[in-house]
Amino acid sequence: MQDAARILQLVINGSAAGCIYGLVALGFVLIYKATEMVNFAQGDIMMLGGFAAYTFIATLGMNYWLGALLAIGATALFGYLLDVLILRRVIGQPQFQVVMLTLGLGFIFRAAAGIGWGYDSIAFVTPFTNKVVRAGGLVLGQDNLSIIAGTLVLCGVLYVFFSRTRLGIAMQASSQNQLAAYYMGIPVRSVFSMIWAISAGVAAVAGILLSPVSMIDVNMGGIGIKAFAAAVLGGFGSIPGALVGGIIVGVVEQLSGYYLPPGTQDVTSNVVLLAVLVLRPQGLFGQTIRKRV
Amino acid sequence: MSAILNTEALLKVSNIETFYGPIQAIRGVSLEVHPGQIVTVLGANGAGKTTILKTISGVMDPERGQVNFDGHDIQRMSPDKVMRRGICHSPEGREVFPFLSVHENLVMGAYSRHDRDEVAQDMEMCYGYFPRLKERQHQRAGQMSGGEQQMLAISRALMGRPKLLLLDEPSLGLSPILVTQIFDIVRRINRERGVAILLVEQNAHIALKTADYGYIIEVGRIVLEDTCARLMDKDDIKEFYLGQKDEGVRGRRRWKRKKLWR
Repeated sequence: MQDAARILQLVINGSAAGCIYGLVALGFVLIYKATEMVNFAQGDIMMLGGFAAYTFIATLGMNYWLGALLAIGATALFGYLLDVLILRRVIGQPQFQVVMLTLGLGFIFRAAAGIGWGYDSIAFVTPFTNKVVRAGGLVLGQDNLSIIAGTLVLCGVLYVFFSRTRLGIAMQASSQNQLAAYYMGIPVRSVFSMIWAISAGVAAVAGILLSPVSMIDVNMGGIGIKAFAAAVLGGFGSIPGALVGGIIVGVVEQLSGYYLPPGTQDVTSNVVLLAVLVLRPQGLFGQTIRKRV
Repeated sequence: MSAILNTEALLKVSNIETFYGPIQAIRGVSLEVHPGQIVTVLGANGAGKTTILKTISGVMDPERGQVNFDGHDIQRMSPDKVMRRGICHSPEGREVFPFLSVHENLVMGAYSRHDRDEVAQDMEMCYGYFPRLKERQHQRAGQMSGGEQQMLAISRALMGRPKLLLLDEPSLGLSPILVTQIFDIVRRINRERGVAILLVEQNAHIALKTADYGYIIEVGRIVLEDTCARLMDKDDIKEFYLGQKDEGVRGRRRWKRKKLWR
């Protein structure tokens, strides 16, 4: 009984970490589906979102919810401008150029954040910090639960947006067939910039949700690598796949951290990734469709 | 100046030259489409037919020449702006949105419009032309057969309420029966809705029967133009485009005949 409760607790905590990976992975996937670019600065955009929230909430003393909302908006605007000013120019260039550019942007963001906010780990007070919920034999941090709940809400909102609204469907259409979207009168370039805005906003949500668990610092974007593994695991290009992939990576990490020798935790996500790629090269949710002639 | 001279033509393409990198695909093409007319451009593979349509709809920019639509120069305009002026393009190879449903594909066709009621009416009109689409309205477009996708591509272009419809090879990959059906409906759309159509085809037979006026294009140049009735009577067209074999004077077919326009 004790064991079952412990496993459940590990799974829940792992899912919370996994939701963060999933949200960052979601950002990778949205941008990749639309523009076929892989944005390696995604984790660093999350970091910027965290710092923006810190500025609004801790420095300017705003209410948590208002500050979080403003931080998400500001990061989304940042993503939009990033595309308009820089990344739009490399669409259609070889993948390697895009990788180098986004990696470089990541370095710049980290340096800029270090100059602006300093290199120390910082935190702001959230309504979920240091509170626990006891249910049965379980002791769960509200911070972890808030991550799971926040992710679910965000996914619901995004699902409704992408499947029900005209702009959302137009984003899907532009991702599926750019040329045809142009023929329909969809302003594809600005639609892509809005997709950048959404994925930056999602990254900011991840940064804000993560901040009570692990503090905000310049190098928190490093989880982008694990999120990348999650995105590939889910079948790069699938939105539910990104989230499920993230949760799998998170849970496996937690369990291996508890049951396996120390040091294995950091490699398990990649072991799982390799195993999935061997057994199912298109990833768990890979979408493939052949064009009929 | 040109606006005064060409009050009649809905679309007037003058001397466009379009390149793929260093390769010139179109070498000075001029053509006109008048309101309510079906005009066809015929030619072999690689003659430059699709490139003409792409240049009109703004996907490719001409190095030289003008595209005038409804009194405005539209060359080098971005494709979404061209579409908003009233040119809808049903591209070669269908290009439907594979993971969207039939219904959503049609909604996207009307993306630039904000008159909800009329969009709903137009959607019923499309389902009227192609009842198969209504049966499949919730199916993903990518899972449909080639013929159904072609119906969808034409309907999706119609949803934009075009003044001019560009149809690129609607017969591509379809069975002969389906080709006849689709061209019947193309003609109906033209008559009932008064939409001008610029039709690009390899299937010269059906294109000449459908259209009012035709242009023959070879390696990026227009070599012949006339009404379709007269084009069908020309010996060269019969032999090289319609595949009719006349017995020559000496009792057998001439294999190395020179075309008259060369």
